[in-house]
Order: sequence, then C-alpha cells, then structure tokens
Amino acid sequence: MKISRGATITEPGSTSLEETGSWRTFRPVIRYEKCIRCMICWNFCPEPAIEKKEGENYPVANPKLIKMPVPVINYNFCKGCGICVNECPTKAIDFIREEK
Amino acid sequence: MNYEDMEFFAPGHRACAGCAAPIIVKWVLKISGPKTIVVNATGCLEVFSTPYPHTSWRLPWIHTAFENAAATASGIDAALKAIGKRDDVNIVVFGGDGGTSDIGFQSLSGMAERGHNILYIMYDNEAYMNTGIQRSSSTPFGAWTSTTQVGPSRPLGKEEFKKPIAEIMAAHKIPYVATANPAFLPDFKAKIQKALSIKGPKFIHTISSCTTGWRHDPSKTIEIMRLATETGIFPLWEIENGDFSKIKITYMPKQRKPVEEYLKPQGRFRHLFNEPEKIKEIQKMVDEWWAKFETKS
Ligand SMILES: Cc1ncc(C[n+]2csc(CCOP(=O)(O)OP(=O)(O)O)c2C)c(N)n1
Ligand code: SF4
Ligand code: SF4
Ligand code: SF4
Ligand SMILES: [Mg+2]
Repeated sequence: MKISRGATITEPGSTSLEETGSWRTFRPVIRYEKCIRCMICWNFCPEPAIEKKEGENYPVANPKLIKMPVPVINYNFCKGCGICVNECPTKAIDFIREEK
Repeated sequence: MNYEDMEFFAPGHRACAGCAAPIIVKWVLKISGPKTIVVNATGCLEVFSTPYPHTSWRLPWIHTAFENAAATASGIDAALKAIGKRDDVNIVVFGGDGGTSDIGFQSLSGMAERGHNILYIMYDNEAYMNTGIQRSSSTPFGAWTSTTQVGPSRPLGKEEFKKPIAEIMAAHKIPYVATANPAFLPDFKAKIQKALSIKGPKFIHTISSCTTGWRHDPSKTIEIMRLATETGIFPLWEIENGDFSKIKITYMPKQRKPVEEYLKPQGRFRHLFNEPEKIKEIQKMVDEWWAKFETKS
C-alpha cells in the first residue's frame, strides 16, 4: 500500500467500503406489523446500520402510521449487538442465530 | 437547519459491537452539522474510526496525540481567527477519560483558562480501553480493571475514587459545563445544542459504556447507561460560569434505584457482591452527592 503524504485520508466516510456484517452471530429482524415507527432503534444503533426509509410500502401496526418513516436494517454493517432488540418498546425485533 | 437525518459518521468502523462511543459521536455531529471541525485524542474512538486508508468521518477531522487534543483545538481556534474565518464553525473535541482526566488535563485546563471557543466532549468509558482496560483517574471506586486486579489480597479492584472532572471544569468558571448520557437522548441533544450556542470554552462529560471493559452483554449498553443515571451514580446536571449554587439537575429520578441495579449486570463489579459493605460505601457516596447538590437545584 502506498502511504499518502502525512498519512492523510481524503475520502470522507470511506469505512463504508468495508463491511462489518460478517461480525454478526445473531441477526435482528424487524417485524413491521408490530413496529410503531418510534425510531428508537435508529436512535441507538452504533454503526449506524439502521436507515430511515419512507414507510408506505411496509406492513404497518396501525394504519394511522403509514406516512411515518420506517427503520430498515442494513445487514452489510449490522454487527448484531442487539441494542435495537433490547430497546424496542414493542418487542418488534426478533433476534435469530445466523446459520451457514 | 436540522441535520438529524444526516449521518456524518459512517458505518464500517471497527468499534466492538455494542460500543456506546459511536452513538455519542453520531448524535453530537447530527446537532453540530457540517460546519464542524473535529479534533480527536488517541484512544478507542480514534483507532476504530480511522483504519488507514479509510475514515468514518464525513467532516474535517484531525488526529492528535494522547495528551494534546485541547491544545490542537486551541490552535485551530486561533488560526481560524487569524484568517478571518472563525464565524459559525464549530470546533468539537472528543477525548477519552484517559486523554482528558489524566494525560490531557493540562492542555484542557489551558484551553479553558485562555477562553477558547471550543466544545470539549469527554466520552467516559472509565478506563484506558484502547490499550487493554487499564485504570484511569476516571475509573470508579471498586471496579476491576487489568491494573486493579481482584484477588485474595485485593478484594476491591480500584481503591481510589473517581476524579470529578466535570466539577473540576466547572471550577474553571467556564461558561458551560454539563454531564450527559445518550440513554437520555432529548437531554443529551439539548445540552449539545446549548453548548454550541454559547461562545467560549464548553465541557461535556458523557458516560460511554464499553461492553468489553465493563463486561456486559452488548445489547445492554443503553439499559446500563440508563441505570447509571436512575441510580444517581451518574447524575445529569449543568453549571454555567462556575456558579455551583445554581447547579441545574436536568433529570431528577422520582426515587433513586439502589446502586446494585447498576453494578449487578457488569462483570467489572462482580467481586463486590462478596463485599456487601463496599456496596454500602458506594451507595453512601451517591447519597452524599445528592444530599449536597439536590437542595440547590
Ligand atoms: C503519551 C502516550 N502514552 C501512551 C499511549 C498509548 N495509548 C494510546 S490510547 C491509550 C489509552 C486511551 O484511553 P482513553 O483516553 O480513556 O480512551 P479509550 O481508549 O478508553 O476510549 C494509551 C495509553 C500514547 N498513545 N501516548
Ligand atoms: S424501536 Fe421497535 S417499534 Fe420503534 S421503530 Fe424500531 S422496530 Fe419499530
Ligand atoms: S443489532 Fe446492533 S448493529 Fe445491528 S441493527 Fe441492531 S443496533 Fe444496529
Ligand atoms: S474496547 Fe470498549 S470503548 Fe473500545 S471499541 Fe470496544 S467497546 Fe468501545
Ligand atoms: Mg477510556
């Protein structure tokens, strides 16, 4: 590897080229029919591996929520820490052992 | 402008699963926005966010040695002033507890005394985590670390008290000092916002759970930090201009939970459960802090 002068790094956010999803032993899976779209999981994901997406095409716990954004887990980066599972107020996130 | 939906801290970093430090960082940057220069002392955060040739930062970021983050930030403040570009740029420092309470303390104290316009954030995982969980002055009384081993001749772990760094910074009479906890997110965000709206030196001490060094399940990171405040061990407060008589406690637990609830889920305190009188001592220290400050608030 050629070292840049002063070891400067010029590409912002470039760790996103290196995926950490292989670290996971348990996979969080959001059950959208139980999700109240509170975004607590999004608040606390340390990677961050939870993205905020438009919610119209996702199953919904209550039709009133359909216009609200939903959390979508990016498994390329999720390390399977389980914080989202632990913090979800409606227990909408299952935690399933990864199997090869 | 609200930048809450933007991510200025990219995934792919190498923090242990469940580390609290990136949660702190992502929220500070969502509040401070793109016009921010980050100064980062050596420590876990610097190491896991910049595995050469990559970086997680989407903002200007400078790595400093272990001991001089506040001095580097002071230089940036002075340099921007000299070229007439000081307006509306936030300078934010992230330092660990070792890099702040211990080896970086002289540069931090100097930054405060000279009155630089900087927000210094100490993320406190209560030991030198990056080098293998050695004790710092911020390690709490009773905790196991790799240099406060527990054994028959040393049943306690660390025998000294945690340095009250935020109170020490308040004694510098700087405009704003606060403690913060990402598990209490609205309070956390409000404090970052408030600090950035004030000119001059600001210091925020935030708890930062370390699943590896505190020895707890990674899924419990937020839960345990929440317990730190609900038990009163990590009270949330702010002090302006060093006026301790006007300390504002920003979260008042209706009834403080017993300290055991915070200690129990952490392996670093496991040995204390054979030493019940030591747990009583910890409870007493917490009660004393509240007796001293609660009436003022
Ligand atoms: C002068 C000096 N001494 C020792 C080190 C080695 N070192 C690097 S990081 C670190 C500990 C950092 O502890 P802390 O500031 O609490 O951050 P953490 O890693 O816990 O997040 C040490 C001792 C160093 N880089 N420079
Ligand atoms: S925490 Fe649970 S309920 Fe809230 S948005 Fe996430 S999955 Fe949905
Ligand atoms: S398990 Fe951890 S890393 Fe994965 S989505 Fe949940 S909080 Fe994020
Ligand atoms: S050792 Fe602790 S502070 Fe360092 S990355 Fe791991 S969990 Fe975070
Ligand atoms: Mg530390």
